[in-house]
Amino acid sequence: MLPIEISGVSLIYDTPGGKVPGVKDVSINVGASEFVCIVGPSGCGKSTLLNIIAGFLTPAAGEIRIGGKAVTGHGMDRGVVFQDFAQLFPWRTALGNVAFGLEMKGVAKAEREQIAREQLRLVKLEKFTASYPHHLSGGMQQRVAIARALAYNPAVLLMDEPFAALDALTRDDMQRLLADVWRETRKTVIYVTHNVAEAVYLADRVIVMSPHPGTVKADIRIPLDRPRDPLSAEFLEWQKNLLARLGHEPGGDEAYKMNGKATT
Amino acid sequence: MAMTDTNQRRRSLVRGLLSLAAAAAFYQGVAMSGFFPKVLLPGIPTILTTLYGALADGTMEQHAAATLYRVLLGFALAIAVGLPLGILMARFKPVENFFLPLVSALMPIPSFSLVPLFMLWFGIGNLTTVLIVFYAATFPMLFNTWTGVRSVNPLWLRAAGAMGADEKRLFWKVIIPGASPFIITGMRQAFLRSWIAVVGAEMIAASDYGLGWVIFDSKEFLQTDVMMASLVVIGIIGYAFERLVFGSIERATVYRWGMVRMAKG
Repeated sequence: MLPIEISGVSLIYDTPGGKVPGVKDVSINVGASEFVCIVGPSGCGKSTLLNIIAGFLTPAAGEIRIGGKAVTGHGMDRGVVFQDFAQLFPWRTALGNVAFGLEMKGVAKAEREQIAREQLRLVKLEKFTASYPHHLSGGMQQRVAIARALAYNPAVLLMDEPFAALDALTRDDMQRLLADVWRETRKTVIYVTHNVAEAVYLADRVIVMSPHPGTVKADIRIPLDRPRDPLSAEFLEWQKNLLARLGHEPGGDEAYKMNGKATT
Repeated sequence: MAMTDTNQRRRSLVRGLLSLAAAAAFYQGVAMSGFFPKVLLPGIPTILTTLYGALADGTMEQHAAATLYRVLLGFALAIAVGLPLGILMARFKPVENFFLPLVSALMPIPSFSLVPLFMLWFGIGNLTTVLIVFYAATFPMLFNTWTGVRSVNPLWLRAAGAMGADEKRLFWKVIIPGASPFIITGMRQAFLRSWIAVVGAEMIAASDYGLGWVIFDSKEFLQTDVMMASLVVIGIIGYAFERLVFGSIERATVYRWGMVRMAKG
């Protein structure tokens, strides 16, 4: 619910082969409660950028402000969801995982469990509060991760390809669920993906990045009404438009085939 | 689920008893063949009678209690040192730099080879035996903990950090449970080493009490049945700890959490 200003952010990776620029002079302004997707090929620095915003990496130059406050390290104004299912704590139940952030905040047990239960209801997992992660499917684990990131009520939600490892049908469900959750919570969301259909389905705005070094190539507003129909003509039109901006013809590249809703 | 669990447990119990019975039958066969004189290789009935007698008059319990006391004390000390040191080594490079060469140099020295030296320093009795146990058990505890903490999924640390966990809570709420499969394995190995070490240490560095001492003492009087009965007690107590204590800890934690899995079939 807070705006994010990314101004002139650069980061250089020190590798055995020398210095490799990860992202170079990236500036993006994200409005409060806006849903922004960052798309681009592997190596375009989209995950690096997300990790900088999350505070896991420190930029060599530039600055990030969330709600006007400069970002240094991680903070509870941001919730983070990763791609890997293993992000959940296996020794905690779904409820225990979701309550973790509140526990760190010092919220009393009864209250944090009540909030965690509400969050799990939001992602439709109220029946699985007592389950351990290894008893949940990949899609359910990612929903727990989303609930966990939302539970301590951060203003900003950062998501790094959270549904990339799911099968196409589950991914469709997840995208719908996330769109609902976002409508209800009005978080500011930055969502990294390499799936064009996903970006068009979810985003108010799509940032296209290009690699070597990672820079912003295009900034496109998706003016479609919500809820969006992935089979409508204008949806497909926007997908083509985006693919063209990425420098690919539809179906030309594995990474950008119009997977998910468009082809099924 | 619970039904198949009990069934499986019953089946594995039956299998275990079967292999024990087969081994016992083989032993009894050798004992009865007359290849060794009876006094050197007593039959199972003789061993059981002796065991029963020693249990009935309370001497076996006293010996077992003395041994357990030494083991548990040395084992507890080993955890108290090995666990924190292993964690510190995994978390802080200077600590690792300092201790790793020491650990690598000391670990291969058999604890048994230190018994004569410890006897000269600390005399015969509990102090020496406890210290030998401590020496034997510390390294597996330390090594497993060190490995376990280094193998904690960095994603858990990131996620916890993003949710505002400070160093202290990261330690208790993420690193310890995250490393628990290794920590539990470390405890198991440490206990096993303790159990092996204590019997050896008692043979020469204990007096009047202890299962190892009984075995060694019985040699003087050619009481092979007492030796065998003591071995049975050593085996049973070791088995009980390994399967019941550590097995239960594992089932209640890392199995339940899906962090380690049962073998298939």
